Amino acid sequence: MTEALLKVENLRIELTTRAGVAPVIDNLSFELGHGENISFVGESGCGKSMTALAIMGLLPEGVGRVASGRILFEGEDLTAASDSRLRDIRGNEISMIFQEPMTSLNPVYTVGEQIAEVLRAHQGLSARAARDMAADLLDAVRIPNARARAGDYPFQMSGGQRQRVMIAMALACRPKILIADEPTTALDVTVQAQIFDLLRDLRRDTGTSIILITHDMGAVAEMAERMIVMYAGRNAEIGPVEQIIDHPRHPYTKGLISCVPHIMATLTEDRPDLTEVPGIVPGLREFGQDRCLFASRCAYRTEQCLRQRPPAMAFDNGQLADCWHAETL
Amino acid sequence: MTDRPLLDVENLTVRFAVRRGGVFGRKQFLDAVDGVSFALARGETLAIVGESGSGKTTTALAVARLVAAHSGRVELDGADILGLEGEALRQVRRKVQFIFQDPYSSLNPRQRAEDVVREPLLSLTDMPRDEQQKVIDELFVQVGLRPEQKRLFPHQFSGGQRQRIGIARALATRPELIICDEPVSALDVAVQAQILNLLRRLQKEFGLTYLFISHDLGVVQHMCDSIAVMYMGRIVEHGPRLSLFNNPLHPYTAALLSAVPSVDKARRAATRRILIPGDPPDPVNLPPGCRFANRCPVAQPQCREAEPELRTVAGGQRVACHLVKEDGTAPL
Ligand SMILES: Nc1ncnc2c1ncn2[C@@H]1O[C@H](COP(=O)(O)OP(=O)(O)OP(=O)(O)O)[C@@H](O)[C@H]1O
Ligand SMILES: Nc1ncnc2c1ncn2[C@@H]1O[C@H](COP(=O)(O)OP(=O)(O)O)[C@@H](O)[C@H]1O
Ligand code: SF4
Ligand code: SF4
Ligand SMILES: [Mg+2]
Ligand SMILES: [Mg+2]
Repeated sequence: MTEALLKVENLRIELTTRAGVAPVIDNLSFELGHGENISFVGESGCGKSMTALAIMGLLPEGVGRVASGRILFEGEDLTAASDSRLRDIRGNEISMIFQEPMTSLNPVYTVGEQIAEVLRAHQGLSARAARDMAADLLDAVRIPNARARAGDYPFQMSGGQRQRVMIAMALACRPKILIADEPTTALDVTVQAQIFDLLRDLRRDTGTSIILITHDMGAVAEMAERMIVMYAGRNAEIGPVEQIIDHPRHPYTKGLISCVPHIMATLTEDRPDLTEVPGIVPGLREFGQDRCLFASRCAYRTEQCLRQRPPAMAFDNGQLADCWHAETL
Repeated sequence: MTDRPLLDVENLTVRFAVRRGGVFGRKQFLDAVDGVSFALARGETLAIVGESGSGKTTTALAVARLVAAHSGRVELDGADILGLEGEALRQVRRKVQFIFQDPYSSLNPRQRAEDVVREPLLSLTDMPRDEQQKVIDELFVQVGLRPEQKRLFPHQFSGGQRQRIGIARALATRPELIICDEPVSALDVAVQAQILNLLRRLQKEFGLTYLFISHDLGVVQHMCDSIAVMYMGRIVEHGPRLSLFNNPLHPYTAALLSAVPSVDKARRAATRRILIPGDPPDPVNLPPGCRFANRCPVAQPQCREAEPELRTVAGGQRVACHLVKEDGTAPL
């Protein structure tokens, strides 16, 4: 097997808030291969976005810091890299698209200008070449009539078009890794389907690896080979998507899958009540304790779960579940 | 016992005046809801789906008399409610309640939870104070909140608990029809399941009728008995749950369903993605013919000339498309 493109090792990110210091990411490890698509799932507040920001070197200043662990990108430890080196990597190797495209686009420049600016800064293109290529990129993300629409301001575009502009901008530097943090949450499903198609094509054509953060298991099933289920800053379960959906080994994964009313191939009259996962995600204050943080919501809980943090249980098929009772599930 | 529907909406149109190009721009009209008709039987759930801006919320607001209708009829239990004022309108408001999407902004932050729930009792009924308290206490139990939480303020609750407060408020006047506008889309999936189960339980217990708006088709198929699909202010398809999901007739419905990502391997294998690129036309300058024509993968020249009527085809589905045959065969 070739060396992974990105390797996160025992990462611990601490946030300092009024309530004290808490590990918002607590001993997280995973790898991302060349051209691979991995998905992060979990309820909000579980640390998915923090993981993405840590990789980008964009942790909230004065609040978040890498306490221990390494983020290896092509062998280089990003946690030890200088600010200018991180800026360089952000511009050229790893880019990110955010949930709300309006806030990440500048309202006073046309979308074409904004993409051209990225191209000039990172690929050293002339103004004219950058303008041409910006239009090509808009065309590549299937903005109809791209050359003319390059002159539009962000407010003149629909939500789906703005998100496509963000993707075009993220592509402008031909990144090796694209991190998409809930890129379609605010969009209609037909638009979401177009964005997903676009990401799939991109991956096929350029070999870009993708980290897709989402709360939709269906999206994971369609987009990713491997998934990481996060709970309260920790790995709950990691492994190949199909296997995890067929047979989750962590009670939280199981709950996430069965609490959602899915559309199946053929619907029937039968509609039993949804499985409930009681309660909610704990607040930051509770992160980091030496016990299973899911215990208060878990139907499989035993004495042991409250006494000690569960270790990662490995299965032959590559699944890894942080649960004392993963084997019996 | 009659089989008269609880809610019967006929040719409902909601018109907004919009100005293009600033205050001095020309005044134009946008029919956010344009000739919508549907009926909803007592105790059942009708879902309205469709893309953002298609008129779902505006339809619901007009039915609840929270936005003025331009024309049409809205009959509740056989009586047209659009012209009502004063005490008669107050009675209708008791019978029709609303649950909003955003449990954060739809509650008054300075009101204690019990006062949020009390509010409709104060404004819509003449119930004495002690009886109000009894109703509130019962409602807290019914929606799964603890009695000691009555004195707390909205910010002291989680999103799911706030939605429970919103549900308790909607139930306070013993309404017959509850309009749920994206009631769970701001919630995490686990909490979403808790609220959906609660809504179904309450429906059974109180014989409630729901008008249920959601963009999540998985949630829709779980909750509803029938579905109306809206596109640009019009219903393009309307039918019972199983027919519509298993046999969509309108090309837009088919595209919508094909776009839903699924965990079910069999469904993924069986689904052929139908792409509908582009955007809907400008709603204040509608082209002639079918409003979906510029994105429809099977559009014919005739589609750009005459607007298709909503008609009932074999099997009972209603659909507005020139190419759907009388025997209920879909063009896609
Ligand atoms: N008060 C208003 N004045 C002018 N136009 C309005 C007003 N309210 C709604 N509209 C327009 O009416 C149309 C329908 O809006 P509506 O809110 O009903 O859509 P929706 O289907 O609920 O969409 P979403 O899924 O985004 O909630 C849109 O074009 C909207 O911009
Ligand atoms: N800038 C910040 N300051 C303090 N706490 C934060 C900040 N950003 C996020 N958090 C907290 O960190 C936790 C994880 O957040 P996040 O990574 O955004 O979760 P997710 O993306 O999984 O929803 C949450 O409890 C959140 O409130
Ligand atoms: S360790 Fe115990 S409490 Fe935690 S998920 Fe496993 S069974 Fe449940
Ligand atoms: S009427 Fe024509 S354009 Fe409209 S949906 Fe049917 S086939 Fe498509
Ligand atoms: Mg996030
Ligand atoms: Mg709406």
